[in-house]
Amino acid sequence: MVAKKDAEEELARTPLQAIILADSFTTKFRPITLERPKVLLPLVNAPMIDYTLAWLESAGVEEVFVFCCAHSKQVIDYLDKSNWFGQPNFSVTTIESHNAISAGDALRLIYEQHVIRGDFILVSGDTVSNMSLSQALKEHKERRRNDSNAVMTMVIKQSKPSPITRQSRLGTEELFMVIDPETKQLLYYEDRVDNLIGYLSLDKALLTDNTSISLQNDKQDCYIDICSPEVLSLFTDNFDYQHLRRDFVKGLLVDDIMGYKIYTHEIHSSYAARIDNYRSYDTISKDIIQRWTYPLVPDVQFFGNSATKLERQGMYRAPEIKQSRLSKIGPFTVIGTGTSIGINTEISNSVVGEGCSIGANVTIEGCYIWDNVTIEDGCKLKHSIVCDGVTMNSGAALEPGVVLSFKVVVGRNFLVPAYSKVSLLQQPIKQDSDEELEYADNSSGIPEVPSISGTLDKLNEEERTELPDSQEYDVGDGGVGFIWLVSEGGQEEELRHSVAPIPVDKLVAIMQITKDEVDIPNEDGSFLPPSGELGPDSITNDSNEDAEDIRDDSIIFEREVEATFQRAVEEDVTDDHVILEVNSLRLSYNMASADCAGALFYSVMKLALDAPHDSPNELYKNVVTTVSKWKKLLKYYLPSIDEEIEVILKFEEMCLESAKEYSPLFLQVLHHLYDQDIIQEEAILDWASEKEGAEESDKVFVKQSEKFIQWLKEASEEEEED
Amino acid sequence: MNALVNEFIIKLKKRKIEGSKATAKLTAEVLRSCISQKRLPHTHQAAALIDAIRTIGEKLIAANPVELAIGNIVRRVLNIIREEDVSLTAAAVGGLAVSAGSDDEDDFKQDDHPGLSAAAVAAAARSTLRPPSLQTLLEDIPQSTAVPHTSSSGGDSEGKSKSADKNSKSRKLKHNVIEAVNELIQDIVTCHEQIAEQAVEHIHHNEVILTLGNSRTVMEFLCAAKEKKRSFRVFVAEGAPRYQGHALAKELVARGLQTTVITDSAIFAMISRVNMVVVGAHTVMANGGVIAPVGMNMVALAAQRHAVPFVVLAGAHKLCPLYPHNPEVLLNELKSPAELLDFGEFSDCLDFGSSSGSPLLHVVNPAFDYVPPNLVSLFITDTGGHNASYMYRLIADYYSADDFVVKQIDVLK
Repeated sequence: MVAKKDAEEELARTPLQAIILADSFTTKFRPITLERPKVLLPLVNAPMIDYTLAWLESAGVEEVFVFCCAHSKQVIDYLDKSNWFGQPNFSVTTIESHNAISAGDALRLIYEQHVIRGDFILVSGDTVSNMSLSQALKEHKERRRNDSNAVMTMVIKQSKPSPITRQSRLGTEELFMVIDPETKQLLYYEDRVDNLIGYLSLDKALLTDNTSISLQNDKQDCYIDICSPEVLSLFTDNFDYQHLRRDFVKGLLVDDIMGYKIYTHEIHSSYAARIDNYRSYDTISKDIIQRWTYPLVPDVQFFGNSATKLERQGMYRAPEIKQSRLSKIGPFTVIGTGTSIGINTEISNSVVGEGCSIGANVTIEGCYIWDNVTIEDGCKLKHSIVCDGVTMNSGAALEPGVVLSFKVVVGRNFLVPAYSKVSLLQQPIKQDSDEELEYADNSSGIPEVPSISGTLDKLNEEERTELPDSQEYDVGDGGVGFIWLVSEGGQEEELRHSVAPIPVDKLVAIMQITKDEVDIPNEDGSFLPPSGELGPDSITNDSNEDAEDIRDDSIIFEREVEATFQRAVEEDVTDDHVILEVNSLRLSYNMASADCAGALFYSVMKLALDAPHDSPNELYKNVVTTVSKWKKLLKYYLPSIDEEIEVILKFEEMCLESAKEYSPLFLQVLHHLYDQDIIQEEAILDWASEKEGAEESDKVFVKQSEKFIQWLKEASEEEEED
Repeated sequence: MNALVNEFIIKLKKRKIEGSKATAKLTAEVLRSCISQKRLPHTHQAAALIDAIRTIGEKLIAANPVELAIGNIVRRVLNIIREEDVSLTAAAVGGLAVSAGSDDEDDFKQDDHPGLSAAAVAAAARSTLRPPSLQTLLEDIPQSTAVPHTSSSGGDSEGKSKSADKNSKSRKLKHNVIEAVNELIQDIVTCHEQIAEQAVEHIHHNEVILTLGNSRTVMEFLCAAKEKKRSFRVFVAEGAPRYQGHALAKELVARGLQTTVITDSAIFAMISRVNMVVVGAHTVMANGGVIAPVGMNMVALAAQRHAVPFVVLAGAHKLCPLYPHNPEVLLNELKSPAELLDFGEFSDCLDFGSSSGSPLLHVVNPAFDYVPPNLVSLFITDTGGHNASYMYRLIADYYSADDFVVKQIDVLK
């Protein structure tokens, strides 16, 4: 007991440690990340890693290990210069590696260094948060005390995915999680929904093992994990673990031999998000400007960022800005130090960095312009990212979603097409396989691109001299830079992850596709149209889609009824029981009683058809016997004329489609049903009159039974005369 | 020394220190330790000290421009240094005059005006440094008696050892300044009690008092009246979005006060039943305007409409010598919208990916309100009750006009 208490105190005494992965091990920010590591990219005029470090420091973390991989030298240089190393009560240590190609490798390397002594926080260097860790840590420690298998606590936050695009506001895929509402244990995690095509399959054991589970899709994974030291050793034991979520979390959830458990901690009022792609870069920038991340906002000098003043309507202006009186700077805009803005220039919803010079008559909307950018007169920029040192000659324009990497020059009056990425570096020609692309920042990125920008320029020049033919730049007259091609099928991805909002017509197209996807399993023959072909006109199909949805339901319902009926025949169930079962089916599928009648009639006729027969005559005999046998049942579902008409229509449909053998017997069967009092003459007459207006092809059976109808009519007239 | 200042600056920048009292106390403590560690040259000690405090003060103010208490304390400390310097020179001159009278061959720099009496020199120096305030005018007599007293003590030290004079004087300045800063800290700590003592004069039997949000000063004030067996009721407006009124209500009930919690929006409905509004302040400006937690202007307007006295409690450290039209006064701070609404609930309103790209939903969460001086009936500070129009006079007592602008202009040019 005493020893245990001592151990607890020991645990409490160890300083709180954190690991920052200063590399995302993905290529989503290419081509920018070829020249500068992602964590040093400016987010509202401060490098991303500053946000992460400032948060960790204020959350009471005492020791931070920054794992640098791609461009490690730049990261270390930056940390050196920005005196993060010299903070009181906050030690920052860098761990450098050149051969780690995934988060798994990084954690294995850290394990070998034996620097982690207790529970630690695992985040990536692009996390923006203002959450307090104390509550989550307390919960984590509490659980650990009771159960040493609770190795990790994941931080989650409520955030609804868009119903149309099925992606979160951060541009990540919709995330499905199963959580035990009592203990907050994570039981299932799936973030790649496109593999699921509308279906989610859970292990049956989940339901048997837990008293209650809740399946949630409105949570966002903040990628902030509180881990026990075991996590590192787990990575070492399972050397194939690469990705933190896809391999590690899913691995632990599936593997129940070791019994390791992952828990979740939901935050409410505080903010936490990770920059995963350009879309989240855009979203998180806007969140910062709207002050959700307070105190990590531009006008609070949380670390080394220059003093900025917040003016009315969320306009942040640093000192020493030269701004023309005729320029219009709209709300939610950040302007950095020493920037000059010309006459009649309009800027809205944008971030402009330090030392930029913006000419006259420029329109900037929803853009992220980094430092020392020159934009000449008359340029138009929309929803783009413009990196350091870019020059846009007069009259140039950027369409939504463009990314201009470092020092690109856009030629005079050149229009950069939407979603294109322009860089001084050429696109790697070798197409990596999917797997490799994931980690390509290291495997192919480093040898090609030295980390220091000085040598980079030299390399560029070398390249230019080496390949004079292929060095024709494709960004207009006097432009410098290559437009990267979007790989086949990447268009969709591009759209979803771009800084630009998805255009309305594309949204409609996506809506279409998602609906089709849902339909696939039911409509056997239908195929998925390629994303590009669906234009804005497809909006007209919407109502049909809805109708189809209902039809799908009715098909399923019919099958169910048929199955029930078949079972009744085989097991000799009484009519009452069949009625009971069919009624319950009707309720669960929300069908009308006419549908029941139709379905049941179909089943009866199917039974007759399935019975062995050689000639139409024998088939007719089959029909007579089955109908007489199930007459009571049929009659029960035919209380009014509407249902009877439905039955006739159904029969007609059968004759045309599924059971063509009946078509010559149509009249006979109809007559028999009339004789058996299953169908009344009014129903038949109504059916006939309904069909009068129909097309010729639809009238086949009306014609076939013309005489019969005639006879019925006369009979009824006679009756009336009487 | 630098480490201490830097740590404090970082805390200020990250908005880790909340409340003007805590900030004021910490600022004074940091400045005190700076003074005690500062090595002073032999001449122009006061100037050197003032410069040092100014440079530090400038950084502190820049670290959190919204918290005006930092600037107030920096100015107070600067004023203390000036005053101590004056009284020391007066003492030295007094001593000199005494010695000059006895012993003529002594040659000192101040020989050009040997005829002046020590008290006159001190008074002249004082008057150049500080405009005459009501307090000093009224207390003229005790002051003139105080000066000869210090001069005589100065004369004593002079007589004891002339060689150690400089050294002891420097130590004396530092010592005196630190003593005075200690007094200042003491004042900040005890300002609640000083204000609370006056409670019985203002709160009467069976009255209804309304307050907004949570202020330590207000709580002490109300409790002091309760302790004096006054029976009254308190309406607490909860003070959205931080709802600090809830905490206040809890505390008041624990002390046995009859408390009613109302929403901020019910203030106008309830104000007709209220006899007096008592609130705390963030800062009191030189014109008598008040910067206070958000919602206060509404309370003040409601009180004015129904002619209910609006009383503001403010410790001396909250008196700011600046005017609200001053550009360097940043009047407000916008806090996180998360205090107003749940991010998760509204996450689909803030989805920039599928709409026009510009947010349609804006949430504004200002921390402060400005209440103009004409809405304030009475200020109660450590020194008593004052009218809004008297505030600038009170401020002149605490601050030297030279320090109103702490920023060193010559550095910029």
